[in-house]
Amino acid sequence: MAKQYVDMNTPVIEMRNIVKRFGDFVANDGINLTVHKGEIHAILGENGAGKSTLMNQLYGLLKPTSGDILVNGKRIVMNNPRDAIDAGIGMVHQHFMLVQPFTVTENIVLGTEPTKGISLDMATARKNVVEISERYGLSIDPDAKIEDISVGMQQRVEILKALYRGADILILDEPTSSLTPQEITELIAIMHNLVKDGKSIIIITHKLKEIKESADFCTIIRMGKYIDTVDVEKVDENDLASMMVGRKVTFKVDKPEQEPGDVVLDVKDLHCLDYRGIEIVKGLNLQVRRGEIVGIAGIDGNGQTELVEVITGLRKGTKGQVLVNGTDVFNKPPAFGFQHGVSSIPADRQKHGLVLDFSIEDNLILQNYEKDPFARKSVLQRDPIFTHASKSIEKYDIRPSGSEKRPAGTLSGGNQQKVIIAREVQNDKDLLIAVNPTRGLDVGAIEYVHKYIVDQRNKGKAVLLVSFELDEIMSLSDIIDVIFDGQIVASIPGKDANENDLGLMMAGGGKKA
Amino acid sequence: MTKNKGFLDIISENRFIHILLSILLGFLVGAVFLVIMNLSVSAAYGRLINSVTSLKGFSYVVVYSVPYIVVGLSVAFSFKTGVFNIGAEGQFVVGSMAAACTGILAGNLPKPILIPLCFLAAMAAGALWGIIVGVLKTKWGINEVLSMIMFNWIAFYLSNFIAGIPAIKNDGSAEATKNIADNASLLFSKDFIKSAGLAPTANWGFIIAIVATLLVWFIIEKTTLGFELKAVGSNKFAAEYAGINVNRSILTALAISGALAGLAGALQVMGMGKRISIFTSQEGFGFAGIVVALIGCSNPFGVLVAGLFYGALMYGGSKLNLEGVPTQLINVIVGTVVFFIAISVIFENLNRLKSRANRNAEAAAIKKAEEKKEAKS
Amino acid sequence: MTNFINTLGIILFATLAYSTPLLYGALGSCFSEVSGVVNIGIEGMMTAGAFTGTVIAYFTGNPWIGFLCGGLAGAFFGMLHAIATVNLGADQTIAGTAINMLGPGIVIMLAKVMFNSTDTIPLSATQKMPKLFSGLFDTTTTFGRFMDNVFATYASTYLVFIAVLIVWFVFYKTRFGLRLRACGEHPQACETLGINVIAMRFACVCISGFLAGLGGACVTMTLSTQFKPISIVGQGFIAIAAVIFGKFRPQGALLGCLLFGFCSGLKVVLGGSSGVNMHLISMIPYVVTVIVLVLFVGKSRVPAANGKPYIKAK
Repeated sequence: MAKQYVDMNTPVIEMRNIVKRFGDFVANDGINLTVHKGEIHAILGENGAGKSTLMNQLYGLLKPTSGDILVNGKRIVMNNPRDAIDAGIGMVHQHFMLVQPFTVTENIVLGTEPTKGISLDMATARKNVVEISERYGLSIDPDAKIEDISVGMQQRVEILKALYRGADILILDEPTSSLTPQEITELIAIMHNLVKDGKSIIIITHKLKEIKESADFCTIIRMGKYIDTVDVEKVDENDLASMMVGRKVTFKVDKPEQEPGDVVLDVKDLHCLDYRGIEIVKGLNLQVRRGEIVGIAGIDGNGQTELVEVITGLRKGTKGQVLVNGTDVFNKPPAFGFQHGVSSIPADRQKHGLVLDFSIEDNLILQNYEKDPFARKSVLQRDPIFTHASKSIEKYDIRPSGSEKRPAGTLSGGNQQKVIIAREVQNDKDLLIAVNPTRGLDVGAIEYVHKYIVDQRNKGKAVLLVSFELDEIMSLSDIIDVIFDGQIVASIPGKDANENDLGLMMAGGGKKA
Repeated sequence: MTKNKGFLDIISENRFIHILLSILLGFLVGAVFLVIMNLSVSAAYGRLINSVTSLKGFSYVVVYSVPYIVVGLSVAFSFKTGVFNIGAEGQFVVGSMAAACTGILAGNLPKPILIPLCFLAAMAAGALWGIIVGVLKTKWGINEVLSMIMFNWIAFYLSNFIAGIPAIKNDGSAEATKNIADNASLLFSKDFIKSAGLAPTANWGFIIAIVATLLVWFIIEKTTLGFELKAVGSNKFAAEYAGINVNRSILTALAISGALAGLAGALQVMGMGKRISIFTSQEGFGFAGIVVALIGCSNPFGVLVAGLFYGALMYGGSKLNLEGVPTQLINVIVGTVVFFIAISVIFENLNRLKSRANRNAEAAAIKKAEEKKEAKS
Repeated sequence: MTNFINTLGIILFATLAYSTPLLYGALGSCFSEVSGVVNIGIEGMMTAGAFTGTVIAYFTGNPWIGFLCGGLAGAFFGMLHAIATVNLGADQTIAGTAINMLGPGIVIMLAKVMFNSTDTIPLSATQKMPKLFSGLFDTTTTFGRFMDNVFATYASTYLVFIAVLIVWFVFYKTRFGLRLRACGEHPQACETLGINVIAMRFACVCISGFLAGLGGACVTMTLSTQFKPISIVGQGFIAIAAVIFGKFRPQGALLGCLLFGFCSGLKVVLGGSSGVNMHLISMIPYVVTVIVLVLFVGKSRVPAANGKPYIKAK
């Protein structure tokens, strides 16, 4: 199947020796990229390698410091996305560029709206949108508001946005990061349809399997430098991985066999509503025992976010029990759960995990600032706070060292996550909840985070892991609970799990009687 | 890594220099207006400087600055804790009225009891005004800027109403309250003022302003309460996740900020005002507080200095008409200063871009080092 | 009955007269806030418009030129605000505070220089904003008086209602409006679609100043005949409040302004007749607003990118 539609004689994109500097920092250092008509070209690199920077230059959002960009053989200088759109380039960003309170139609036509006289012609707009969605087999509801549709749907809207503008070259930035295995398969099918139609696709990703499944060629970037462009058929995942990271990587997590102990977290018949007031958790039951990792696998929007919010006290439930070591923390404030043994690594570390303006030392005592020795008689004791931070920075390898007084916002993503892990692990609670703990981290940091999560399990803590990365769930969990439509529909031992079955159950295909 | 710092680097890194430059530019723009109006720059600015540098003039400046400093502290405190207290105006007004009423109605009490009582009444009134807005926000989700604007006016008319109540109203024809009892006054003794050659309204208020400054600094920087309020102010989601009661913190912050504005009102009436007039428009102490907090970078000690600066401009400005210069020149100067402070963020934005680049470079360097280590092993 | 109709007429007259300047300011505020720029400088822009309007009307003898120039004066301060916040990424609240000091500071100083007083010279009847349909109704009858009170009102009032319709149309029915709302919700998305966010916001803040300036001119050219330092005391903030009250929609702001104007009208009537204290009556609009907010309106959804400077990477 690979290279079936590729026309090697017709390069549509050539980026030659692209250099991009931000001040003293070189984000792209002489990168070359050639994409042909009908080709799916993957760009592989770790977080921060410079992939998005490169693509933002191709899309006119950034200007190269030096180097040439050729589209269909013609050298083009792009001052803004308008120029890129005019050249037939469309981009789907990792963080969707959709206006939440607008409808699907409004979002698709924004910037190239049809008008009748001085007023908008929304009827024509709607007709055009329906037409194009049917042409490419991307069905959507043109009148739905973005805030009401699923992530997978939103992605379709993004792709339609590009196609609506007549894009022949599509850039997809990390398109699979929040999709289910089935949705990913669907996306790959869509991509193949598009190249069959003569389009070309550039896909930015760090997922090796998807590259193998979808791409014809792959360009690898490491720390801003061009490494190589390879024929995907001729390499395997391990080759790609070592080119990406620059060393051999092991994906296996070492996890000794161990018998789980008493039940720490016992969720019984839990119900709660989402932000729109619609019931989203519908009588959920869940148990986590000492010394085991329970992974929750599921598609975003099936209640896992709300489940965690109720357990941690951020959201009020409508019914049920949340027992932690026998104490009911249901509908109690977060501080109560914390006192009774709940610690957590939140999904959004910059929103929920850290106060970015606060120093690292202050972030490390965010729950304990009132306790001895950090405070006496309500007055903060700076010396113990500093000592605590110094020790944590050393023990948890937070870089750069000596950063006790630096605002947490100045750290890299991986080090921010280390600050949170240092804090939560040192709280030494019986239950650790980790939600998407490795999102946006590079391979080194991922290995680190996984090691600490398994460590907690080995020490006899109960760990509840919620992640949209199925690989992560499968490699870490002792038990995998599949969540669908607000309930746990299956509970299977981690070692027996396989991706296809899980995917099917996540999509509601394996509902347990 | 030692690099010679260029002029721009120094400017861009130092907040203090931004402020000084802004002040300079403010006077420059003022001078341009003077030239346009065909007035003497040297005469105007000479008068301004002369009027505030004599002992008597400076004592006036100190007296003027007291309410500005304390209301500035109120706004600075709110900035630090993540609410924008545009309602300091109303809190100031109810505070001064509460102090005046106490000083009039309980005038028989001895000084050591009456003065603290007046302060307490003013702070309670200001805090209450802040808490009402807080409750509207936390309970019904009502935008605090909106309700603060409403409560500024409610306070304004309430004060005018109270000033007209027979027990409070001036016995003579003046549209104002009675004077507060001497026991509620903060004025220095007449003999002392005379012998020292100070302004006739010289009073103890400045000492209170310094104490308030120290107290606010201590709360913000040293206590667990300050930690909590700042955490909620900069990221309420993380604060909530960490177990801090966000709504309670917002209420506490507004109460403290309101109490400070109320105290400022009390200092105004117990220091130089003596009584409260029935006004036709808001006096604008709350808005002055916003300006003082901005010039003082929301730092308590910065606010102390900025309050003195503002007081000097207000007092000196009132003398400008002796040179035929409109006193509004001062507002133009201060407005310009604030405008330039606002746009000085471009330097900070530059810095942020730079530090982001540095951060990436640092991460890259760390990684390189790691790789080397690995290559060796 | 006659009395009641008379009173009602007066209340409606006052409602319209007081709502008009607020409504101009509120429409201005809508433009700025919905495009994503907080503009608390409306007050200062209104003051600039109030002064410029009367002065130009006085010197040219033409109220319309004065009115227009009032708008332009507001637009000038709008432009200052736009340069600071949109181009230079300044804190929008701080910049607005500066505008609130600069606007009044400069115009009052100018008044002092031009007229040797902080007040301008009162406008003659022909220099004031004309009343439409004046003399059309027979004011000797109750009904005629009522009609005269309600409909024989200033041209600027008729104009502002048309302006509400136009702004509504622009916001929800035109390309410009769709883009302007998108800029306030998700500027990055706009940028990726080739919409120039900086230009859009710049334009919106200038328009905002222009409308606020018209509002200011309305105060001095209809409600009174001259500019005084206390001509604009808080109307700008009330206009902002009306916009938040109206959930950042022009039609909502209209309701907010009418509520305010109505309470002010009530104040005029009650203040004259009843024995209730004037100051307590003056409080009514503000108290009513808070009550209405609590009971009927509640939370107002602020445009997602409102108040956040948009800084383009180079």
